[in-house]
Amino acid sequence: MSEYLILIYEQESGYAGGGQEAWEAAGKAHAVFQGQVGEKGGTLLGGNALQPTATATSIRDDVVTDGPFTETKEALGGYYLVEARDLDHALEIAKLCPAPYGGVEVRPIMDVSGAMG
Amino acid sequence: MTSRSAPDPGVGAAVADAHRREWAFVLAATARVARDIDLAEECVQDAYLAALDAWSRQGVPRNPGAWLTTTARRRALDRLRRDRTLRAKLPLLIEPDAQAGPADPPDAAAPADPGDDVIPDDRLRLVFTCCHPALAREAQVALTLRLLCGLTTAEIAQAFLVSEPTMAARVTRAKKKISAARIPYRVPGAAELPDRLDAVLTVVHLLYTTGHTAPAGADLVRADLVDRALGLARLLRELMPDEREAAGLLALLLLTDARRAARAAPDGRLLLLEEQDRSLWDPAAIAEGTGLVADVLRGPGPAGRFALQAAIAAVHAQAPSYPQTDWPRLLRLYDALLGAWPTPVVALNRAVVLAMTDGPAAALAEIERLERDGRLAGYRYLPAARADLLRRLGRRDDAARAYRSALELTDNDAERAFLTRRIAEVSSQT
Repeated sequence: MSEYLILIYEQESGYAGGGQEAWEAAGKAHAVFQGQVGEKGGTLLGGNALQPTATATSIRDDVVTDGPFTETKEALGGYYLVEARDLDHALEIAKLCPAPYGGVEVRPIMDVSGAMG
Repeated sequence: MTSRSAPDPGVGAAVADAHRREWAFVLAATARVARDIDLAEECVQDAYLAALDAWSRQGVPRNPGAWLTTTARRRALDRLRRDRTLRAKLPLLIEPDAQAGPADPPDAAAPADPGDDVIPDDRLRLVFTCCHPALAREAQVALTLRLLCGLTTAEIAQAFLVSEPTMAARVTRAKKKISAARIPYRVPGAAELPDRLDAVLTVVHLLYTTGHTAPAGADLVRADLVDRALGLARLLRELMPDEREAAGLLALLLLTDARRAARAAPDGRLLLLEEQDRSLWDPAAIAEGTGLVADVLRGPGPAGRFALQAAIAAVHAQAPSYPQTDWPRLLRLYDALLGAWPTPVVALNRAVVLAMTDGPAAALAEIERLERDGRLAGYRYLPAARADLLRRLGRRDDAARAYRSALELTDNDAERAFLTRRIAEVSSQT
């Protein structure tokens, strides 16, 4: 089994424009997804939604600035950490992850256990 | 080294032949044991080197592929035993058989002599790993040539006109991703198979067209791509006899390649279908291709895009002359192809056929619709097709202008020569 991070990138305006309804729909969709991970044979190890990029603070060379590290149309808005058999299994799970205003990126977690000894 | 140890030229030829025929089989079977592509490749290369010496002394074995596989797998097992920490770091190419259980690789306690086993044919796994959608198309192409055909990085770089370090970096990056992201060594399940197979067939088709569109005789490595693609298409057909699109791709390549000797004039000038000497077409390839097409079109269900393109090529191959081509049948096939694969390039080719069934004016209207669509902007065959229709309608000035637009969009010498000639023709007529 390997661990993968599912990064959710979406246009923040989607939720801002959709109001309370968009939030409630997203909440329901994510609750469904969290159940589906196990049904698909994976394990949900963690995950969170992030506050919008307007709340982000970046530090580069000790200089603290307001805003996200890079300005992009679709911003990182949340993530899940899942355990899956292989990339195909992780992609099968990630395809179910709700991201109505963007998409998701799947990244394998680096195994550093060997290097730490 | 004494002259006694110089390899027998017959053995050298046998090893070269085994390299061409058996590389994919040996590598695929070794990858299962090595559980790492780089290690598998190294062991297979070692096995081919060892063959030169061993076969000189003992004679060429009856089954060179089995000999090479046994040797390569033994080397892989030795290496893994010697370096247990290395194995611990290699999560990749896990045994995909569900019954085997994911915890312990079944090959960890592999038999001392893998030659006693029936060696499974893992080439399909290798194909689907090389053409995994998580890899960029150019990486899929490079890996396929490297791992399935055994081409060196230098040869692949030469075929795709990039520098060797660029190609080496591309291959390394792709292998790293296979390992780090755990792209599985597995034939996809039924639900994913159609999409995944389409990617595989697209890669093989791309290899073919890359070799095919190279200037005739200009570059042997690129001509070799054509043969490699045909070999891969044959392999896929053999390994997946029930997949109609695999048969369709083989038929398409056979029927296209049947025209190889007729494609260019002795001076290298590219010849259109209507100018080609049909007696130069390869009747054996046409017979095999049309036979496959007949099987595939029988169904069940609608034919896929490769099968339909093959059926189109078969109509051309069977026509005794260009004017005697069965244009109405071609138009029906293009209609079906446009349904299966709705791309503007297919629509453009359909318009060319429409010119034969309904006349150039009807086709020109279609072309103008495609121009407004905009997706083919910069595609040189669009102004070229438009120019040809205008020429046939007698609108010479407009035709010359369209030929010039096409000329600006191509840097292929043979195509430039053809377009320049056409411009001269429409400009000189009065």
